[in-house]
Amino acid sequence: MSVRVALHSPSGSRSFLERGLLLLVILILLEGTVLTLGAASSPDIGAQDNTGGHDHRDDHRGIEGSRGNTNYTYTKKAFPVLSLDYHHIQVPFEISLWVLLASLMKLGFHLIPRLSSIVPESCLLIVVGLLVGGLIKLVGEEVPPVLDSKLFFLCLLPPIILDAGYFLPIRPFMENIGTILMFAVVGTLWNAFFVGGLLYAVCQIEGTYLSQVELLPCLLFGSIISAVDPVAVLAVFEEIHINELLHILVFGESLLNDAVTVVLYHLFEEYSGAGEVTPMDVVLGVICFLIVSLGGIAVGAIYGILAAFTSRFTSHTRVIEPLFVFVYSYMAYLSAEMFHLSGIMALIACGAVMRPYVEANISHKSHTTVKYFLKMWSSVSETLIFIFLGVATVAGPHSWNWTFVSVTVILCLVSRVIGVVGLTFIINKFRIVKLTTKDQFIVAYGGLRGAIAFSLGYLLDKDLFPTKTMFLTAIITEIFFTVFVQGMTIKPLVDLLAVKKKQEAKRSINEEIHTQFLDHLLTGIEDICGHYGHHHWKDKLNRFNKKYIKKCLIAGERYKEPQLIAFYHKMEFKQAIELVESGGGVKLPSAMPSQVSMQNIQPKKLPPAVAERALPQFTKGREEEIRKILRSNLQKTRQRLRSYNRHTLMADPFEDGWNDFLLKKQRMIELEKKMTEMSNYLTVPAAPPDSPTMCRARLASDPNAFYNIKASSDGVPTIQVDLASPQSPDSVNMLNEFSKRGATDQDLGQREGADRDEDQGLMMKPSSAGKEEKGEEEGGNKNPGLMRCLSDPGPSNEDEEDEPFLP
Amino acid sequence: MGASQSAGTEHEFQDMADRTGFSLEQIGNINKRFRQLSNNEETLSREDLASIPALDNNPIRAQIINAFFDKRNLHQNETGTVQEIGFEEFLMVMTHFRPAAMGLTEEERENLRREKLRFLFNMHDTDSDGTINLEEYRRVVEELLSKAGTIGQETAKAIADAAMLEVASTTRGKMEPDEFYEGITFENFLQILNTFDIETRMHVRFLNMDTATLRCGKSK
Repeated sequence: MSVRVALHSPSGSRSFLERGLLLLVILILLEGTVLTLGAASSPDIGAQDNTGGHDHRDDHRGIEGSRGNTNYTYTKKAFPVLSLDYHHIQVPFEISLWVLLASLMKLGFHLIPRLSSIVPESCLLIVVGLLVGGLIKLVGEEVPPVLDSKLFFLCLLPPIILDAGYFLPIRPFMENIGTILMFAVVGTLWNAFFVGGLLYAVCQIEGTYLSQVELLPCLLFGSIISAVDPVAVLAVFEEIHINELLHILVFGESLLNDAVTVVLYHLFEEYSGAGEVTPMDVVLGVICFLIVSLGGIAVGAIYGILAAFTSRFTSHTRVIEPLFVFVYSYMAYLSAEMFHLSGIMALIACGAVMRPYVEANISHKSHTTVKYFLKMWSSVSETLIFIFLGVATVAGPHSWNWTFVSVTVILCLVSRVIGVVGLTFIINKFRIVKLTTKDQFIVAYGGLRGAIAFSLGYLLDKDLFPTKTMFLTAIITEIFFTVFVQGMTIKPLVDLLAVKKKQEAKRSINEEIHTQFLDHLLTGIEDICGHYGHHHWKDKLNRFNKKYIKKCLIAGERYKEPQLIAFYHKMEFKQAIELVESGGGVKLPSAMPSQVSMQNIQPKKLPPAVAERALPQFTKGREEEIRKILRSNLQKTRQRLRSYNRHTLMADPFEDGWNDFLLKKQRMIELEKKMTEMSNYLTVPAAPPDSPTMCRARLASDPNAFYNIKASSDGVPTIQVDLASPQSPDSVNMLNEFSKRGATDQDLGQREGADRDEDQGLMMKPSSAGKEEKGEEEGGNKNPGLMRCLSDPGPSNEDEEDEPFLP
Repeated sequence: MGASQSAGTEHEFQDMADRTGFSLEQIGNINKRFRQLSNNEETLSREDLASIPALDNNPIRAQIINAFFDKRNLHQNETGTVQEIGFEEFLMVMTHFRPAAMGLTEEERENLRREKLRFLFNMHDTDSDGTINLEEYRRVVEELLSKAGTIGQETAKAIADAAMLEVASTTRGKMEPDEFYEGITFENFLQILNTFDIETRMHVRFLNMDTATLRCGKSK
């Protein structure tokens, strides 16, 4: 077991003991898992074997065998309720065991410090599969056909593809669609015919004992082996962090070549049965390809639109929102498979089509759920696939033919290289950003084969293809070769060639602005140049989308929202959530970029004299203390609001995190304002230039206004800091919402904290100045937008003016 | 350059091709388009550009047109605007949108990057003082959202503020409350768009074939 091996591997310096202990636990657990799986004894196979795909997986009656003797008695049941009925739970139990094994393995690898950076996870998982398969065989049990085609195509593959499709980076994908299609369609065709044809030629050479292999099976084999596998590519490419262009080229190819593979596979299978091919068949094949690919996309798009449309109406039942995404996608996949259309393309289309609309409709929490579920499912599926690949390898049967296998491996490499180089030569004539030699190398080298090929091979009819076992052996060898040799060496090679890596950067608002700006600029330049390039058509499409489609598919007013604003809101929201999660409204994690307040940016209007305003400074400790008091106060209010309901995650349709934040923020501002007011009245004896009512009015509308007051009271020219955008409708709405919904809550909280607030207000009064400086930077204005939105002269502020809540 | 309509054209185009990196065919095409836009005049005015119907829907139309008449984009060291541009100037503006050539060295790539970003920067820096201040940045975002109706206008300010804040915090780090951030300098601009692959993104396809026959854009 590789975990055991890893125990000897050099582990990092920190707490070796601890990690070792954990590994030991995993190891023991694993041994247990394997033993239960392996220690099968009862031979009554077939009792439950006709219930479905899963049932074929395991024929063991593990636990029963080991424990059956102890309390399994028919004669006398002292406790009739207690009995051991393993059959009852066998199938789900064994499925769970496999999943558990997979998850634990994944967990284990990441605990070993350097292993996962040297060997790709996929390789390790295959090794684990091999070991598990070996163990099962050692115990003398027949290895279950784990990588059964039905199981693979209906259960394991869809999550991975949906994950890929849903999170497909649309922009680079569409920008390179021509290149991707070229590689996926022409490249795969070339590979299939090159490999198939040459293999046939080799088979005809005397002395290889392969002369019984005919041309059509060879071509079929070629088409199976030639397709780049999305699962393998994803597994390896996610680890090497290659730049976006190369990633999307290889990955996009692996996704889109499915249609070619499906068509070639079914065609050759058909022809092998029929025995002859006419030119008519070739034409039909091309038509078939178009139907399979476009049909798949159409099916996917229809379901995607349906999903988007459904999500329009889910605002009252938020909990089942994520389900729609999964179910519609799965339906799309199944529907496509039903007609032998390309299920993968249907899934991709479905995910890609529904995403922008669904995301606008569903709540933030549902979105997170979708994200996590997809990631979880796909990663478990991927792990299982690789483990099963290992198990299936042990299971056999194999028929090893040196010539066939080695020729296959060599031909696959050669055809891939020729194909990529040849196609890039053509593509580069049309591309603006040319593919360099390095890029070509990575694209060629990244062409990994995987479990799809194996499953397709497994599907072959033994009677029709007497050489099936030899094909399977060759396929497995090719998969192992690509995954192990290429998968392991690609990372050092990427480093060696200094291929541009992906930049880890979260998208900043500035980048988003410039992305939009650039789009419009380039569209404009194309229009001025007088030819309609792809920017122009993209612009047209965007406008059409905005005008009609979004209106139908997105609920409420949000369809009007331009992308930039949507992005801004999303970012703002994320920051708000982070703020809430960070435990308080005041102190923020240092990861937050903003260290500067809007105050620092106000253009030029501030005379340098302001710098000299004498404000009392406070020690950090004091500030912290005050904050703690504030925070605990607010926390209490928040906890009181929590209530559990199975059907709704939160008490109101609004995000409660958001609401919490609003509430806190609101109270914070109120407090701060109060304090400032007080300190204004108390510590600044000089008559303020404005009348007190004016002061109050301004304070109410703008929390930052106290700067002005302070400054002016010190005899410094007034600066009008117009932070509060006076009429931002959505923020006002927010407050409306808040004040409506949160009225009672607020009431509660306020009543509770009122007394304390009062005297704390007095106590804290002197701190306000220091707070206003530090708090401003650290907490308050981290989020100027929010601040603004909260400080808007909304109705709640007026309420606050009158202070109706205070007893 | 006007007088040399027939005889000098070839030579001039060759000259321009050497300087700008466009191919002769591309220059020929751009020239055709220029004449089409300017109604066969020697110079192009703002109105000519503004009359392109396809530009009507472009939210940053005014800025794009301004960029063509901005001296900073035409000559290196001058500021201000011109009223009319000749073909050579038109072509000079277009050079900013040429795709990156193959096999650039690191230095060349950086230069290209700077040059392209400078163009964007100049579009934002309307008063040519070398910084994009808050007012200017707000205007950029407002323009960008100008097609979004009232929601856009109101959010624009907030977005610009947030963006400015982001610039200030990434370029300056922590600031004292009494410090003031004047605006985005070009260096800051380079810094914030560090991960923005401008050299591979800011380009349009200049066709080698003749597109005048397609009659795109300009309705006559």
